[in-house]
Amino acid sequence: MLLLWLVVTLTFVLIRLAPGDPATFLVSPTASAADAARIRAELGLDRSMLVQYARWFTAMLSGDMGASFASGRPVASVLREAAPISLALGGVSLALTFLIGVPIGMLQAAKRGRLTDRALTVITTAVYAAPSFWLALALVAVFTYGAATMGLPPGWRLPAFGIRTPGVVLHGWAGAMDIVRHALLPVAILAAVGAAGIARYARTSVADVLRLDFVRTARAKGVPGHVVYARHVLANVLPPLVVLFALSLPGLLAGSIFVESVFAWPGLGRATLTAILARDYPVVMGATVFYAAAVILANLAAELALPLLDPRRESA
Amino acid sequence: MGLLIALALACIVVPLVARGDPLAIGDVLSLRLLPPFARDAEGHLHLLGTDRFGRDLFVRMMLAGRVSLAVGVTGSVIAATLGTWAGAVAAWRGGWVDRLLMALADALLSVPRLVLLLVCAALWQPGLATVVVVLVATGWMGVARMIRAEILGVSSQPYVHAATALGVRPWRVLWRHALPNALGPAIVATTLGVGNAILLESGLSFLGLGIQPPRPSWGNMIAGGRDLIVTAPWVAIAPGIALILTVLAATLIGDSLRDRLAGERGALKRDIAERV
Repeated sequence: MLLLWLVVTLTFVLIRLAPGDPATFLVSPTASAADAARIRAELGLDRSMLVQYARWFTAMLSGDMGASFASGRPVASVLREAAPISLALGGVSLALTFLIGVPIGMLQAAKRGRLTDRALTVITTAVYAAPSFWLALALVAVFTYGAATMGLPPGWRLPAFGIRTPGVVLHGWAGAMDIVRHALLPVAILAAVGAAGIARYARTSVADVLRLDFVRTARAKGVPGHVVYARHVLANVLPPLVVLFALSLPGLLAGSIFVESVFAWPGLGRATLTAILARDYPVVMGATVFYAAAVILANLAAELALPLLDPRRESA
Repeated sequence: MGLLIALALACIVVPLVARGDPLAIGDVLSLRLLPPFARDAEGHLHLLGTDRFGRDLFVRMMLAGRVSLAVGVTGSVIAATLGTWAGAVAAWRGGWVDRLLMALADALLSVPRLVLLLVCAALWQPGLATVVVVLVATGWMGVARMIRAEILGVSSQPYVHAATALGVRPWRVLWRHALPNALGPAIVATTLGVGNAILLESGLSFLGLGIQPPRPSWGNMIAGGRDLIVTAPWVAIAPGIALILTVLAATLIGDSLRDRLAGERGALKRDIAERV
């Protein structure tokens, strides 16, 4: 809680210290200096930073995050609209990240030093090195425009913008499929970059565990290979991976800023970016509170889950 | 390692020997959007083709590489130095200095680095200096935490007690005995951080908040090719490949360093959490 307060206060100061005046973004091009001053007074921007902070903070404590400078809508409703989209995008990608990344890492560790391992290392490290916005553009080039020009069946052409086909109202199954088709490219990109990172991490962790004595013991007493991996190795790699799982969610949420911006998804990342560019202070503050809370909660969850998962706890 | 040196050398040499100014816009209509390996009307070869203003993409890409590499390396090295200093002071002084520095680090670590980066970069005048300052301001905490933990671990070692008992002044003990033994993980984190810093710089530039055109950076070159992805895909694809190769090289160096300096997993974990 104290941490959250510190984050919020730091962000507040950081934003207000920056040069530039939000009123200049809000007034019409022909407005006079007096108009701008009037808007500043309406938004309370003419008061000292301390007064603004006190006002914002007391409102915040009672659950009121203020209204957007740009649209006048309450920040809470802006967040409530945008956050689920980003959370769904992030959550699905995160799940895929681990479902794909951990097996790849285990496979690499099992075949350590052989061709499979080396090939996968090159691939994962290269994907890991690729910026998501560039991958997004490349995939759009292939699957949206490329599929159209190379004469692939229309089913292969994936939409590159938004989360629904505009102007068409689809219900039930067709509507769901429409969203899935729109989500395919963004999820694939976030999952690929994430999975590459997890695979890199899982490879070293699994390789470390494979060297340990109890693995040799299990093998020596004739436990089949796949059981060794499932029972003994996985149980020991799981705790650090869970920590990583929790640590990656906020990063993924933030990373979706690029993907949302390329694919024009109306999620939190894009809302934050737009707000930052327009100096929409209340929205920026609201989004920061959201992100910081997500990070702190994720860390807390990881800390709480860790002792429950540690295989050494049973023997103790 | 070799790859990175070759890339850096190419970035330094190519713009020097290149014919013509890579920023100047010439005869736009006849030169623009030539595909890779094409020759223009005067018979000059354009290795990777030209962009929408008829500028040679390869030369621009190498020029952008100077900026991206410089920003990435200086950004992460300064951040690591600051982090080392903060971590060492926090561990050595203890008390309120420690609590203050670590509270600051924790607070900054609680906001995803990208969000922090965007807030800082968007609010100040965008440009080269801003990008470096912002990368430093948002990048020192991980190293600081790591160094602090290492120093606290090292400070109970017998040789530190021995040095103190011999009457060596505390700051000298820190500088000569404790710090050198705590640096390993920080070096690994910094190397992995170079790739990350380059990626973040390109991300900022892609969104128009980093390096500003006409000065090329890989990020703003990709942004420049964004709406040409159908008609001239090479304009956006080529700088991306240069970017991937550079980050790949930095990551591989970090990996081999980590293997040699006896595995610090924390660096990789932090790195994954921050990846763009």
